[in-house]
Amino acid sequence: MAYPAKLRVWRGDTTSGELQDFEVEANEGEVVLDLIHRLQATQTPDLAVRWNCKAGKCGSCSAEVNGRPRLLCMTRMSIFDEDEVITVTPMRTFPVIRDLVTDVSYNYEKAREIPSFTPPEGLEPGEYRMQQVDVERSQEFRKCIECFLCQDTCHVIRDHEENKQSFAGPRYLMRVAELEMHPLDVADRVGDAQDVHGLGYCNITKCCTEVCPEGIHITDNALIPMKERVADRRYDPIVWLGNKIFKRDGA
Amino acid sequence: MTEVERHNYDVVVIGAGGAGLRAVIEARQRGLSVAVVCKSLFGKAHTVMAEGGCAASMGNANSHDNWQVHFRDTMRGGKFLNNWRMAELHAKEAPDRVWELETYGALFDRTADGRISQRNFGGHTYPRLAHVGDRTGLELIRTMQQKIVSLQQEDFTSYGDYEAKLKVFAECTVTELVKEDGRIAGAFGYWRESGRFVLFETPAVVLATGGIGKSFKVTSNSWEYTGDGHALALRAGAGLINMEFVQFHPTGMVWPPSVKGILVTEGVRGDGGVLKNAEGERFMFRYIPDVFKGQYADSEEEADRWYTDQEGNRRTPDLLPRDEVARAINTEVKEGRGSQHGGMFLDIASRLPTEEIRKRLPSMYHQFRELADVDITAEPMEVGPTCHYVMGGIEVDPDTAASAVPGLFAAGECSGGMHGSNRLGGNSLSDLLVFGRRAGLGAAEYVESLDARPSVSDADVTAAAKHALAPFGGPDDGGSEENPYTLHTELQQTMNELVGIIRKADEIEKAIDKLAEIRARIGRVTVEGNRQYNPGWHLAVDLRNMLLVSECVARAALRRTESRGGHTRDDFPQLDAQWRNRLLVCAATGDQPVPAVDVEVKEQLPMRGDLLELFELSELEKYYTEDELAGHPERTA
Ligand SMILES: Cc1cc2nc3c(=O)[nH]c(=O)nc-3n(C[C@H](O)[C@H](O)[C@H](O)COP(=O)(O)OP(=O)(O)OC[C@H]3O[C@@H](n4cnc5c(N)ncnc54)[C@H](O)[C@@H]3O)c2cc1C
Ligand code: SF4
Ligand code: SF4
Ligand code: FES
Repeated sequence: MAYPAKLRVWRGDTTSGELQDFEVEANEGEVVLDLIHRLQATQTPDLAVRWNCKAGKCGSCSAEVNGRPRLLCMTRMSIFDEDEVITVTPMRTFPVIRDLVTDVSYNYEKAREIPSFTPPEGLEPGEYRMQQVDVERSQEFRKCIECFLCQDTCHVIRDHEENKQSFAGPRYLMRVAELEMHPLDVADRVGDAQDVHGLGYCNITKCCTEVCPEGIHITDNALIPMKERVADRRYDPIVWLGNKIFKRDGA
Repeated sequence: MTEVERHNYDVVVIGAGGAGLRAVIEARQRGLSVAVVCKSLFGKAHTVMAEGGCAASMGNANSHDNWQVHFRDTMRGGKFLNNWRMAELHAKEAPDRVWELETYGALFDRTADGRISQRNFGGHTYPRLAHVGDRTGLELIRTMQQKIVSLQQEDFTSYGDYEAKLKVFAECTVTELVKEDGRIAGAFGYWRESGRFVLFETPAVVLATGGIGKSFKVTSNSWEYTGDGHALALRAGAGLINMEFVQFHPTGMVWPPSVKGILVTEGVRGDGGVLKNAEGERFMFRYIPDVFKGQYADSEEEADRWYTDQEGNRRTPDLLPRDEVARAINTEVKEGRGSQHGGMFLDIASRLPTEEIRKRLPSMYHQFRELADVDITAEPMEVGPTCHYVMGGIEVDPDTAASAVPGLFAAGECSGGMHGSNRLGGNSLSDLLVFGRRAGLGAAEYVESLDARPSVSDADVTAAAKHALAPFGGPDDGGSEENPYTLHTELQQTMNELVGIIRKADEIEKAIDKLAEIRARIGRVTVEGNRQYNPGWHLAVDLRNMLLVSECVARAALRRTESRGGHTRDDFPQLDAQWRNRLLVCAATGDQPVPAVDVEVKEQLPMRGDLLELFELSELEKYYTEDELAGHPERTA
């Protein structure tokens, strides 16, 4: 059952780095993170990687496997051929700290720029009443484990450092949508979505949705409806186009 | 002098799980400046993994529920060894703490009339767990994380700086508490990223560091669970209680090997899933212990009716407290009725329609499909016990969460007492909220009461730095080097096999010998590379805490010559009323880097009369000694 797997791992720090080749034992049922751990225990004790739950629940172990943004703990070895070289690199959109660990502080900064949940004045704790159907829309977005893979893949910032200032990224545009769709929230974030958080940069390529390990329909359920809300206030050609494409797909 | 980055705060909270975050919110709302320090990124603490729910007797699903019923369930679950005052505060305050989360923006699943939905769980008389599918912990963490962001936004409005009064120090490990004249003066640690040192000068520290599961081989816990808070408190002079009580969750994954131990939520059974052995028998009916006879269904028909009619039927023994279910599974496997990979079968597929399973247990569906190639809507899951939670922890004052060391507070899994010998599912998340808040309040009041602030001496800082860097130097005598990964594996193996779910004196003694050997070798641990994000070094530092905490578990386990809750002695299989009121208190002695552990017996305060009267005398007789009950009103009447 066990076989020697071929791993090519990026090693380095803020100044320089390179891909290094390793042969590591792989056993039945294992995931890429298991192999990285085995590397640490047997060959490279100082190989840096983030992880916590090893069950796809915490969003710590994000990296790129053969160029695709993935959770290392949910990437089964069985999806690769036994003689295939598996390349593991850090997320490209964020600055490298060391090996597979990147500086994701951009995300925490963006989180702070979104006005928080604002309940109606005078509604006391214990008095909140909401219907299941009404909370489900925001609940979908609250499944987010903040792995930042969607942020990593989005072309608006993937190779465009200069856009980071004005673009919150799919994860945080979705947070705006989540609050907007919260049945009891009374704040208005529609204008800010466009002007402050950069919703206009998104041209609904759906790449973020494709990599989301939680299967959240970021584009269809959060970004497009937000664009529609913005468009209700002003004209935005992409929404217009998006709606067209959408209708054709659904037909 | 050692180069360190210095920060000054009114309160420093160590740990960004549920307990830590709630403490931060409280202390900041009282106007104090607060730092929160955590080993992982912000929002990734263990609490994020909690699945099933948060227990609070809101009475939304069954209006008969109230704090008294919750209190009784908690005491029963802990086999009456719980700190009754903590159990009382917890039962009374949990509903308010849950409702408060809604004001921060939490979105729990709803009842038909729009209130918070509540689900069944082991040991809880009524459906009591507020939940969001099977990702309740994520909702808790994210909600409080976002509340903290909103407090920072308020500070931004007032001071022009988000971090003026509340700052998160993520990926920063605290290795030492510093005192002056017996009081807390600060906390010392290092940035994981750079390896540089940090000193927090503060009169009050709240420990909220979680559990110790990484000392065991098969566990549902992550790398963070190395008992740091337990060890920091011990070394600062506080006591640990109940360390012999370690909860083995009955349902962890058993296959494939790389996921062995990962949790399968009790919510599966709460929502109708049943345990079966390899012969297809629902074996739990054979394992209802005497103390619970009469409270659980004794036929499959009654058990099945209970899901829809709880007034006329008794609950299924699949939902007995965790210690009972874990032992039953262990016995079934031992007696040869195990599954192919040495577990039991947990069947929800034949009990609920596919759609319903996917809706109620989405992350379990995902977890099994992705990691084990099992479709839980079509086939049973294979499950077995996994080390899950430590009931033992820092001894605290129930009302203020203060430890014996002035300025040191503790809440959440690293504190002890609340759950007695066994924790009920769902009672941890509520514990975090109730006592996290109390710890924040306790620390704030302590700081406000001080006339002068203690200061940190340079000598203490230098010593702390030296201690942290020791693994880079290699053995003093130039002898053979030890690899931290190897020692860790040996430690885990020892605890799992010799101080695990079923214990015996000779095995525990063997474990204590092995721990002594590890202790002798730990000084020789040597790490490669430099201080930047170096997991080998991080493990070397954490390993000392795991060793210290493992010694507490083993020594207390040897002393307690009875079986109760999360402590099962094969050589003393019965509950012994003489032991019910006795706590084992672990204390550190000597000043080596990993100090020796001393265990002493201490009696608990007797339960307040009005609380005792919530129980029938006939039930108390199963747990209490004759002498203890002599003054009971039903006896004296
Ligand atoms: C898989 C799983 C499912 C669970 N499901 C449920 C459930 O449904 N209901 C329930 O009630 N309970 C559940 N539990 C138990 C519950 O989740 C935990 O007991 C609880 O979350 C612990 O919270 P805490 O705040 O005490 O610590 P944690 O959330 O573990 O946080 C500990 C924090 O301390 C930090 N820390 C530790 N050491 C240091 C150090 N040296 N320096 C700096 N920071 C440090 C960590 O980085 C982390 O931020 C579950 C547990 C697991 C593992
Ligand atoms: S849909 Fe929008 S946010 Fe998502 S990846 Fe494409 S451009 Fe980025
Ligand atoms: S939306 Fe999905 S991909 Fe993006 S951070 Fe959240 S979980 Fe990750
Ligand atoms: S380790 Fe938590 S998502 Fe991978």
